[in-house]
Amino acid sequence: MVRNHFEQQLEALNEDILKMGSIVEETIYKAILSLEKQDRKLAQEVIDNDDVLDEYEIKIDKESVRLTALQQPVAKDLRQIFMISKIATDLERMGDLAQNIARISKELSEDNLIKPLVDIPRMAQIVQGMVRESLDSFVNLDEVKAEEVGKQDDKVDDLDNQILRELLTYMIEDNSAIKQGNRLIFVSRYLERIGDHATNVCERVVYIATADRVSY
Amino acid sequence: MENLEKKIIVNDLDFYYGDFQALENISLEVPVNKVTAFIGPSGCGKSTFLRTLNRMNDLIAGTKVDGEVLIDSENIYHECVDVVNLRKRIGMVFQDPNPFPKSIYENVAYGPKAHGIKDKDKLDQIVEKSLRQAALWDEVKDRLDKSAMGISGGQQQRLCIARALSVNPDVLLMDEPTSALDPIATAKIEDLIEDLKKEYTIVIVTHSMQQAARISDYTAFFLMGDLIEHSLTQNIFEKPENKKTEDYITGRFG
Repeated sequence: MVRNHFEQQLEALNEDILKMGSIVEETIYKAILSLEKQDRKLAQEVIDNDDVLDEYEIKIDKESVRLTALQQPVAKDLRQIFMISKIATDLERMGDLAQNIARISKELSEDNLIKPLVDIPRMAQIVQGMVRESLDSFVNLDEVKAEEVGKQDDKVDDLDNQILRELLTYMIEDNSAIKQGNRLIFVSRYLERIGDHATNVCERVVYIATADRVSY
Repeated sequence: MENLEKKIIVNDLDFYYGDFQALENISLEVPVNKVTAFIGPSGCGKSTFLRTLNRMNDLIAGTKVDGEVLIDSENIYHECVDVVNLRKRIGMVFQDPNPFPKSIYENVAYGPKAHGIKDKDKLDQIVEKSLRQAALWDEVKDRLDKSAMGISGGQQQRLCIARALSVNPDVLLMDEPTSALDPIATAKIEDLIEDLKKEYTIVIVTHSMQQAARISDYTAFFLMGDLIEHSLTQNIFEKPENKKTEDYITGRFG
């Protein structure tokens, strides 16, 4: 390796993405837990944590611009830096969506749930897995794994539809369930959106690794 | 590249300095009115290859060429080829500006005179046209009779370009033409190259990969006498096909 210094800076940028990713993962986990446990305090903690992810995004963007300006990266290096900056935006959006979920947790924390939550935690688990695995594929620039993860998004979309249909049934039967049903439909949709961003990460990994654009 | 008219076609070219083989089985096509850049580490053969395109290597004792270089479909290594006439068609600009120790005017008029043009008005026209093409006219038009040694390095290099253009070549070979110049003079030459390709076919050897990326349409990467990859410049710098190319352009070579 000739460009050791550049190599290290690029590695540091990768590490920032991974740190940001693990915070996002935790944020999603806590947001869903706060919903299940109707834990208002935990929900508030998620909401208050917003700044951390925003700061990571700004830091990563700045560093990407700096490396581009000073090191004139080309080929794979250039693709990697561009995509890192976009992945940071994906992760920041995932964090925002998890916070939206936490806001709903807060709102519903005093209510009796119309039904035990089953599909939403299941969906959350899949989505968290997608986030984690998309970042694993990023670390190893493993386009095969990225494709596998990207394709899990169909499962998430199916669950989102199923949850929508089920909650609609509840709401039709009992109009006092409308407020809660409506909020839970939003939670499902937020999780589905997080899954889409994880899919974006996978597509970006494939682009870094192969220079081909794909869409899952 | 398939659909473009080719100015130069090189087939299976080997080149030797004595026993040392500097180029091995090079085949490459240079499209007309495009800028083709040769990149690669020192000693990779890119300058040697450039010089095979107008037989400048003939001047070095003990060299040998196999294979063929077709320019406008004519093999320039054929025994009937008049080398002086060849070099008139295939002009060259070198790394260090090398004007003659004569006036600015004489530097540009030298070639046309050597090729038999004596008419003063005609020479004046050629000098002005060449200096304009080299984007130097406005800077020197009031001191054409002054020594070429008294202008800046960047101006001298543009004067050398004007001198190469004065004999109306088809192809311009440039061997690291900006490596001795500051960034502003470099930017002027790069801008000039962009304008010149409308009328000429340009082949440039450069140590600066950024320069190749900025100004060329096609890039060829050489390594230890082999042509590793030759493609659209955008492909070379966005997604090179060969690992060696990727390693070199991303600075991980060696």
